[in-house]
Amino acid sequence: MVDQLTVFLENAEGRLAKLCRSLADADVDMLALTIADTTDYGVVRIICDDATRARDALAEKGYRAMVTKVAAFEVPNRPGGLADLLGVLDDLDIPVEYGYCFSTSGDRAVDILKVKLPDETTRAVEAIEAAGFKVLSQEEL
Amino acid sequence: MEERDDVLHMPHDQIEAMQLEGIKKTVVACYENVPFYKKSFDEAGFDPYSVSSLEDLSRAPFVCKQDLRDEYPFGMLAVPREDVREIHMSSGTTGVATVGAYTEHDLKFWAECFGRGIAYAGGGRSDVVQICYGYGLFTGGLGAHYGSLFSGATTIPISAGNTERQIRVLREMGSTILCCTPSYAMHIADTAIAMGLDPARDFHLRAGIHGAEAFSDNFRAELERKFDYKVLDVYGLTETMGPGVAVECMEQDGLHIAEDHFYCEIIDPATGEVLPDGEWGELVITTLDREASPVVRYRTRDITRIIPGECACGRTHRRIDRLHGRTDDMLIIRGVNVFPSQIEQVMETFDEVSSWYQIELTTKGHLDVVTLKAEVNPDFDFDSTGAIEQLQGRISAELKAALSVGVRVRLVEPMSIPRSEGKAKRVIDLRGENQ
Repeated sequence: MVDQLTVFLENAEGRLAKLCRSLADADVDMLALTIADTTDYGVVRIICDDATRARDALAEKGYRAMVTKVAAFEVPNRPGGLADLLGVLDDLDIPVEYGYCFSTSGDRAVDILKVKLPDETTRAVEAIEAAGFKVLSQEEL
Repeated sequence: MEERDDVLHMPHDQIEAMQLEGIKKTVVACYENVPFYKKSFDEAGFDPYSVSSLEDLSRAPFVCKQDLRDEYPFGMLAVPREDVREIHMSSGTTGVATVGAYTEHDLKFWAECFGRGIAYAGGGRSDVVQICYGYGLFTGGLGAHYGSLFSGATTIPISAGNTERQIRVLREMGSTILCCTPSYAMHIADTAIAMGLDPARDFHLRAGIHGAEAFSDNFRAELERKFDYKVLDVYGLTETMGPGVAVECMEQDGLHIAEDHFYCEIIDPATGEVLPDGEWGELVITTLDREASPVVRYRTRDITRIIPGECACGRTHRRIDRLHGRTDDMLIIRGVNVFPSQIEQVMETFDEVSSWYQIELTTKGHLDVVTLKAEVNPDFDFDSTGAIEQLQGRISAELKAALSVGVRVRLVEPMSIPRSEGKAKRVIDLRGENQ
């Protein structure tokens, strides 16, 4: 599992720019960013080098930010790669709350999924890896 | 109707003699039957058996809304519960409602008082009265209903909402008198215009009896232009009866108090001193013949004045001026009374949001829109999908249940609600600005 920074932002002009500037000022290196938006507000989800430090820096500036655990999966970069992974999760009865693509390079892609892994986490991870996918740690990103 | 008409034209000294008898009976009935009044009179050293002039009443202590709330549900009853035919409650269902109870006699004079409004508008058997105040515990709907029945008119108890149906009924049944809040009347007019109708030509309205919220002279003029009818203001409150305590006549120069049932004083809200006619202050009402829920010197918090002199219509009952606001923070939203404290009580139960919240009142068309902005707390897990919508929905549902008014809830970023000297400005009322 990896750390994700989640920020609650008003859906107003300039708010995202301000957020990114604040992260830059705190010397946070962003690796991925995705936004779930409504007309009133947005929820910004970020993978960065140090989510906890980023959260504290943002909190100090008055942002509502939190750190959430999400899973990073390495999947083969070919048609059906993600479909296969989701099939495995479905077979294991692991629901996916949301997800987004993290990176693609060469023959591998990394996808972030918010999943609630069951109690026997290791067994689920084992089953996922047995199916040919890799569950990445923070360091492996 | 003949005999009651005499009451409306009685020389004022006779009205005063009648009022004195009513006050004497009421203070004694309260003292002997309601423990609250016994205690309050005794503590103030007021002897209810010693009243011999109207001025003597000013020695009696006031009663206020909180006193009535504290005695919920039946502590203020001056008759056995078995004699109560009907119960109404003022808005607010968070356990702070005030109860108004009515015996058969009370219902009868309520009908008569509101019925006077219809009579002032020249209404009677030949009229069709469409009542789109909400029916139920709110006194607006049934008060107008009883008044309309009393007046002999044909009554349409359509209640509030479903504007297109209101418009159909206005056209097809040829309603001549409309009873609702002024803002809803405007909404009906504007909806009809948007549907391609001309309310002045396509409807048959002669008069509108519009109360439960304050409205400006400009607003009245616009209504009258759109519908080509006459707008009469009506005043009342559950604590003293309901709508009909005072109603405007066709002169539109103040609201005639039903002085055979209510005694009105204007006081300085700061000192409690009774002010002379013509001076603005807080309206204080004493009921003269209400049996179930009599009140002695009820502080309405409404600011008005007694208009000196007689009305051009020839009726002798004194008039109060149109309301000039309130001495407390009560809001009137879509005709419903809302206290910011009711909202606060609901918000306190949500740990997910901070105590910084703000209520913004705006108008869409002519209807009030309430938006509540609240700041999310740090420990609220907003990362879960739908968490924010769900929280907004839950807050909105709780507020609706507590206030009987729909509230749009918007969660906002921390510090986005302005702090002023450490105390939040809870209510931003922008309703006057786009009218």
